[in-house]
Amino acid sequence: MADPMRIRAVAKDGAVNVKILMSHEMETGQRKDGAGKPIPAHFIQQISATWQGKVVLSANWGTAISKNPFLEFSFKGGKKGERIQVTWTDNKGDKRTDEATIN
Amino acid sequence: MDQTRRKVLKAGGGASLYALLAAAGMMRPEAALAADWNQKAFEAKNLKDAFDALGAGSRAESADIVMTAPEIAENGAVVPIGAVSKLPGTESIAILIAKNPTALAASFDIPAGTEPGVSTRVKLAETSDVYVLVKAQGKYYVTKKEIKVTIGGCGG
Repeated sequence: MADPMRIRAVAKDGAVNVKILMSHEMETGQRKDGAGKPIPAHFIQQISATWQGKVVLSANWGTAISKNPFLEFSFKGGKKGERIQVTWTDNKGDKRTDEATIN
Repeated sequence: MDQTRRKVLKAGGGASLYALLAAAGMMRPEAALAADWNQKAFEAKNLKDAFDALGAGSRAESADIVMTAPEIAENGAVVPIGAVSKLPGTESIAILIAKNPTALAASFDIPAGTEPGVSTRVKLAETSDVYVLVKAQGKYYVTKKEIKVTIGGCGG
């Protein structure tokens, strides 16, 4: 199981700014190990953020997203004290969901 | 009598096969989820194929898309890219890197109520044009910027 995400959600001027830092290798499948064998691709394919059961952002990713991915976006309507959930799924079927309280 | 028995067996066989398929589907929910992932677009080796697979075969250059990215990236493994669309009715934002082994880096769906802007970090194999593609009111718009890389982000 991958390490937890670090999620920061801050309400300001009627919108919530969300910053997410994920812990993932994001292996491209292009690299070779010491013995010259290709290292299989292992990367986050899908990510979605929900607030009060509503999807506020969803994304599909390829292998070009950097290791330990960073993502920032903003949505309208969220208030201090409410919670958001973020879920990612990688190409091997691993999955992780974390929550954060809006500040 | 034999006829009926055959029919029953046949129907039973069909039903159990269906149940088996459904069970197989139930056991791998992530496979069903990944169906939304546009494999053809993400595996496209060049820019044109990636645009085509996204349905953006025809697209207009737009000054209403703002890309925030460095002119020169010292480390191609971590290049910050910000993409903001000022186009009304923005539905999705995609980032494409012309000279990467696969051009499409990411595609974001922007639901109503979410601001049409995202920031992330990408890998650049070498100096390349980077494109931000925006779908707004069913039409595609694009802007590009060249980013120079001194150390590549892909490969060993």
